[in-house]
Amino acid sequence: MTATLAEGPICPAPLVKIDRVQLGHGSGGKMSAALLRDLFLLHFGNETLSRLADAAVVPVEGGEIAVSTDSFVVNPIEFPGGTIGSLAVHGTLNDLAMMGAIPRYLSSAFILEEGLPFERLDRVVADMALAARKAGVLIVTGDTKVVERGKADGLYVNTTGIGMLDPVLRPRPDAVHPGDVLLVSGPLAQHGMAIMAAREGLAFETEIRSDSACLVPLVDLLRGDLAPAIRAMRDPTRGGLASALNEIAASSGVGVLLDEAQLAIPGPVAAACEVLGLDPLYVANEGMLAAFVAPDRAEEALARLRSHPLGAQASIAGVAVAEHVGLVVLRTRLGSRRVVDMLPGDQLPRIC
Amino acid sequence: MKYLDEYREAAIVRGLGERIRKKATRTWTLMEVCGGQTHTIVKQGLDELVGDAVEMIHGPGCPVCVTPLEQIDKALLLAQDPGVIFASFGDMLRVPGSDCDLQQVRARGGQVRVVYSPLDALELAIRNPTKHVVFFAVGFETTAPANAMAVWRARQLGVRNFSVLVSHVTVPPAMKAILDAPDNRVQGFLAAGHVCTVMGWTEYEPIAAQYRVPIVVTGFEPTDILEGMLLAVTQLEEGRSEVENQYVRSVKRQGTVPARTLVEQVFELVDRNWRGIGSIPRSGLGLRPEFADFDAEFRFALQDVKVDEPAECHAGEVLRGQLKPFECPAFGTLCTPERPLGAPMVSSEGACAAYFNYRKIEVRGQRSEARGAAESRVTSHESPVGGQP
Repeated sequence: MTATLAEGPICPAPLVKIDRVQLGHGSGGKMSAALLRDLFLLHFGNETLSRLADAAVVPVEGGEIAVSTDSFVVNPIEFPGGTIGSLAVHGTLNDLAMMGAIPRYLSSAFILEEGLPFERLDRVVADMALAARKAGVLIVTGDTKVVERGKADGLYVNTTGIGMLDPVLRPRPDAVHPGDVLLVSGPLAQHGMAIMAAREGLAFETEIRSDSACLVPLVDLLRGDLAPAIRAMRDPTRGGLASALNEIAASSGVGVLLDEAQLAIPGPVAAACEVLGLDPLYVANEGMLAAFVAPDRAEEALARLRSHPLGAQASIAGVAVAEHVGLVVLRTRLGSRRVVDMLPGDQLPRIC
Repeated sequence: MKYLDEYREAAIVRGLGERIRKKATRTWTLMEVCGGQTHTIVKQGLDELVGDAVEMIHGPGCPVCVTPLEQIDKALLLAQDPGVIFASFGDMLRVPGSDCDLQQVRARGGQVRVVYSPLDALELAIRNPTKHVVFFAVGFETTAPANAMAVWRARQLGVRNFSVLVSHVTVPPAMKAILDAPDNRVQGFLAAGHVCTVMGWTEYEPIAAQYRVPIVVTGFEPTDILEGMLLAVTQLEEGRSEVENQYVRSVKRQGTVPARTLVEQVFELVDRNWRGIGSIPRSGLGLRPEFADFDAEFRFALQDVKVDEPAECHAGEVLRGQLKPFECPAFGTLCTPERPLGAPMVSSEGACAAYFNYRKIEVRGQRSEARGAAESRVTSHESPVGGQP
């Protein structure tokens, strides 16, 4: 039996023109960035929006406030470690906190699907109220719409938050200098994998719980005398730590060198990632922050983070460098180096 | 993580790299067949650890990459049918067909679902009796038993609204095609551990003997791959050409007999087109005639859909190991994971995507050096992507 090899170079595929919204546009990767740049900024573009920070800083009489908004469409709406309600509070408060702001008020807008049992809605709203109370913020306005059965996954929530700006703690994604030290406050990929495990019915020896948490108490530890040393902060939600660091590297014009050995990935989370063929660096977190800190204050900032239960596993996970500007490079446990790029869209599970 | 961390231990990995460098008296050219192994090599930088002792050529073992355009176009046709729910492994969603991909079909209203197992697709059919569920059965011998099981179960349960679009390929004919090519540079193979877990290695024994190449059945973790390289280099240095099994914790000589039996009951050998390699006789698996009711190509009369592969990019040479991904003129410029020209840039197992994702820095330097060498190897097509929109 002999095989015939085709003559000359062969390969496929014409370029495909994307003419409508795909799921990848919501992934937090390059497709999301392109949608923002090529459509929304084109129409809405102004100086404040164009900074593309987690929250906008806007002037009001007598000072400035921070405003942020976020929509939550997670499915299932109840999952180990939280519900869509508490997630909607934490998500928006965390976005404010990443600008150094002190959250004060929240709005909540619900889109409810016809047929949603009141019992479930009650659990979600109670969970949301508890999260807001714990964080010391008031939910002061809201809205409710109902859509036909089949038009929503039970319910969607949007929250908008308003916070007071800290006079000193003013981290910015474009303020990182080479030499600044990267602190990561906790283990990776717990939220995303908790959702995946719940959705796919995966069971492991230990349940994977979402890390959904309000990061304001952790940020409060960085205020005061330490605040001027905090250059940039991000809570790496969708797109994971990899996407957040890529955005900072690009905004600040630095390279980021990340140390794999310093990143904590809980056993069951790592196992779930292996089973599904996903890279934990790109999986969403909802109760973890990454901060770039001036090198002379990094140990002190680390000690403060570790003093809080949310930051008990905080580590120095990397450093900003003057080389490979705009790129994040990972030093693997084996000592080799590889680039950790932004993904185009969602991570796609591999065949085998 | 039990059973994984042990095989990623840095000290052991570095020790193996050292032993390979000491063992080799020259540079040996090995091919890892499987895309999963390519991924580990490039992601972990294993090729750097072995220095000049081994040049790794990345083989055609990425199922996404070798699925021909024709089968992708058939998948797109089926997915656009309002009566069809099209179920697929996630990897296949972004592979470009002639004018779109499955993600775009989904955005236009096609019912495309990502599943982790073909049995989930069968379950989907049972839950949606008014729809016809088609599962895209791609992959090497690794995925064949589960796909065979889905068809077998469908027949057993009398599920009438379920079929599979088959594009299965098998490893040994591809290895022979590579060895038969006049410009072959491969001196030894790392065979895919999961394929051999199913099939065993008896099929490889005549290849090793006939072509005088060592073939080492190899796992997927860093220590597995380096140990596989060490065994192959040792054979080459000693002038042996045998089949050896590195992946002893998973593979037996006869494979997994119940899985093989099921595959043989449901599938038969057929001629198959490989993207980038061309037609290889008896290199694929197709459903046996008694399972024709579960063959989407029969159910939807797609046998006559014929699509020519446009000869526009160099993925064929990459898949045959003739060209390193970064030696392709379109690499990283016209061809990126967001806008792939060729399938090897799509899947995370594809050699081009592995280099693009993990090796940008080195590539920036190597490109200019490699370009000279590559241009002498690129056989034709001055402008590989000419005429693209």
